[in-house]
Amino acid sequence: MKDSPGLHLKTYVLILFIVLFAPLGNVLLSKGMKGVGSAKNWALSDIFHVLFSIITSSYIWLGIACLLTFFVAYMLVLTWADYSYVQPASSFSYAVVAVLGYFLLGEAVPPLRWAGIFVICVGVFIVGHTHPRTTEKA
Amino acid sequence: MLEFFFLFMIIAAGTGGELCLSRAMKVVGEVHDFRPAALARFVLRAMRVGWMWIGIAMMTLAFFSLLAMLSIENVSFVVPVTALSYAAGAFGAMLFLHERISRQRWLGVLIVCVGVTLVWLSRR
Repeated sequence: MKDSPGLHLKTYVLILFIVLFAPLGNVLLSKGMKGVGSAKNWALSDIFHVLFSIITSSYIWLGIACLLTFFVAYMLVLTWADYSYVQPASSFSYAVVAVLGYFLLGEAVPPLRWAGIFVICVGVFIVGHTHPRTTEKA
Repeated sequence: MLEFFFLFMIIAAGTGGELCLSRAMKVVGEVHDFRPAALARFVLRAMRVGWMWIGIAMMTLAFFSLLAMLSIENVSFVVPVTALSYAAGAFGAMLFLHERISRQRWLGVLIVCVGVTLVWLSRR
């Protein structure tokens, strides 16, 4: 990654986008799907009704828009920043999704889940610090 | 039981889709020119690769499985559990793309699996 203050600022802003928009997208999808009803109660004959509910849910579309924003930010930042820098930074999104779930959806997040999320972040951080190319360059 | 099925679909179809896309992108080749016209040509070239369409179909399946899973479980449970895709990705890359996975990466994957187990145990 080339070094300049402007580039650093651009990288931090896009990583902030990644860490916020992916969890926000998932939280909105969750909110939308809770409105559709549990998949445990879906019958095969209800499939069109369920699909209609999904595609007419504004939460689902907002969630998709957030996930697309995340995807574009992820692709953009990878055009100049190293994968081994971006991926560990994006591991924070696992913690952010729990925080958003707690505050926006009122989900109960037990201490064991927080501990698990922390361990996942550590694991992703280690995975991200390995060399991105695992085969010899042709 | 249904949760296991959807989780399996999210991880298997999602990882399988990413591996297919990765394979397709290797067929298409590395991007050097980021001008819009060159990028459009790149996308058109990618769309002619069969692996790309298989990848898109699998990722669509994974997305709808994620929606179904989110209708049953809390998002603070579902998203961390899908981190299992790091393990599936490592195994898939080794078997399907013949990539060499370093010891450090396996260690990271193992730690992710421990974290996912803790999250799973926190389920009500």
